[in-house]
Amino acid sequence: MTATLSGRRLGHSFGSVTALDGFDFEVSGGKTVAVVGPSGCGKSTLLELVCGLREPDTGLIEVAGQTPAPGRLAHCAYMPQQDCLLPWYSAIDNASLALRNQGSSRPSARRQAGDLFREFGLAGFERSLPHELSGGMRQRVAFLRTFLSGKDVLLLDEPFAALDAITRAELQEWLLPALADGSRTVLLVTHDVEEALYLADSVLVMSARPGRVLERIESPRDPSRSRSEQVTAVGFTSLRERILGLLTSPAPATDRPLAGRNSSRSSDPTGPIGPTGPIGGKG
Amino acid sequence: MNQRNARRPAAVTSWVLPALFLMLLLGVWQLAASTGFLADRLGLEEFLVPAPVEIAEVLWKDRSLIADNAWVTLIEVVVGFLIALVLGLATATLLHLSDLLRRASYPLVVASQTIPIIVIAPVLVVWFGYGIGPKLAVVALICFFPITVNTLDGLQSVDRDKVKMMRTLWASRRQVFTRVEVPTALPYAFSGAKIAVAVAVIGAIFGEWAGADRGLGYLMLQDNAQLMTARLFASVFVLSAIAISLFALVAVLERRLLRWR
Repeated sequence: MTATLSGRRLGHSFGSVTALDGFDFEVSGGKTVAVVGPSGCGKSTLLELVCGLREPDTGLIEVAGQTPAPGRLAHCAYMPQQDCLLPWYSAIDNASLALRNQGSSRPSARRQAGDLFREFGLAGFERSLPHELSGGMRQRVAFLRTFLSGKDVLLLDEPFAALDAITRAELQEWLLPALADGSRTVLLVTHDVEEALYLADSVLVMSARPGRVLERIESPRDPSRSRSEQVTAVGFTSLRERILGLLTSPAPATDRPLAGRNSSRSSDPTGPIGPTGPIGGKG
Repeated sequence: MNQRNARRPAAVTSWVLPALFLMLLLGVWQLAASTGFLADRLGLEEFLVPAPVEIAEVLWKDRSLIADNAWVTLIEVVVGFLIALVLGLATATLLHLSDLLRRASYPLVVASQTIPIIVIAPVLVVWFGYGIGPKLAVVALICFFPITVNTLDGLQSVDRDKVKMMRTLWASRRQVFTRVEVPTALPYAFSGAKIAVAVAVIGAIFGEWAGADRGLGYLMLQDNAQLMTARLFASVFVLSAIAISLFALVAVLERRLLRWR
């Protein structure tokens, strides 16, 4: 049984800046939920709260039945925006960091990681230093490192943001089976709507700061079809347009009911996509 | 301090150019001094303005005297530097791990650098006598600041995202320190050590001037009093050679240890 995630009425502020306000979400075991939102809406903060690196100011987070931060941290593997590979370790030593941290010897950690290097298309680059790898390969090593933590919850923060479009599409296609096999519960934060719809079972559309959920949209994901087939299907593109519409329409005033915003798509094209202040350091 | 991954010039040009420039300078100096031009312009006796060739001759003639004294100074520099290295790294680590301690004692670390060495050295001699003690204290004092401040800066400059990533990968506080913070700080610590080792020789000389019966600084004082200017310059030359060699040693060690840069 894989872990479920949930958060109720989450609120968090940094000084006078409210990053999240009344944020609700739920991810059932083995599913992937993507959170899309304008930049600066508190997406990164959300992941840090969920995995227990921070406690929310208000509200309750539950990860596999655990509410205290250390309990959540024990279940969650967090992948920050940058690949965060340690430049002083080789690719294989980066990948096996979690094993080493848990007390494995270097040779045994390398042995365990080594088998997966082939699977991840990294064979032959075990001893390369991070700066000798391409962006796509670095990201694969980062994923391998996350998978080897043995945790059942993955929190991915814009995992492909730093990559070029071609590499990004490649890696999305490469990652999908690992997300779709139901062995892990995944919360994916991204501002790429296509990526969200392609990789996730459902998509939470977030408002500009303070971040709240505007709508939850079920993705038409079909792992049996190729990426290009999927992202060009009519159902997919219409959903993508709908989400983009939600994101570009001005944020509804807090006292206004959320219903009716579907019609407001074309209303104010000059409306802000979202404030771009420093929230949670990045986002 | 310099954290950029600057491309190194080809090995050949990196030493050929300074060597050529040095030879040019020496040539000009040789001409100006040996023709009596310099002494003439300064209104001095010629033996007070030695030419490079004369200095080299004295260096060779008195090689065992200079070597004996250089050895004394070298020991003072190396041991004093090592004391500062141990104390500096330990202090930086402590100040990094404790916010309270850092806020309380950082001004003191800065103050340690504001102590005028020339003033404190005679006091140290009064306290510790004519032996090696006061020299080590002066060298350690002068080396402590760059090592401590640079290392602390390095520890504090750690990438917060990397620490977060490590914490979700089961890392303990100690593992975050040894696997992320220490490697992050190493290049900074080496910068500090390179500055320290270069100024350490100055510390040793001050220490000897305050009271000593051996060492290059002592020899310089003697030669200065006896107007043996050529040998004075020979001592300065040896002192520079010691500083440059130690600096190069640290730099080689740095390149060995920081292969990822």
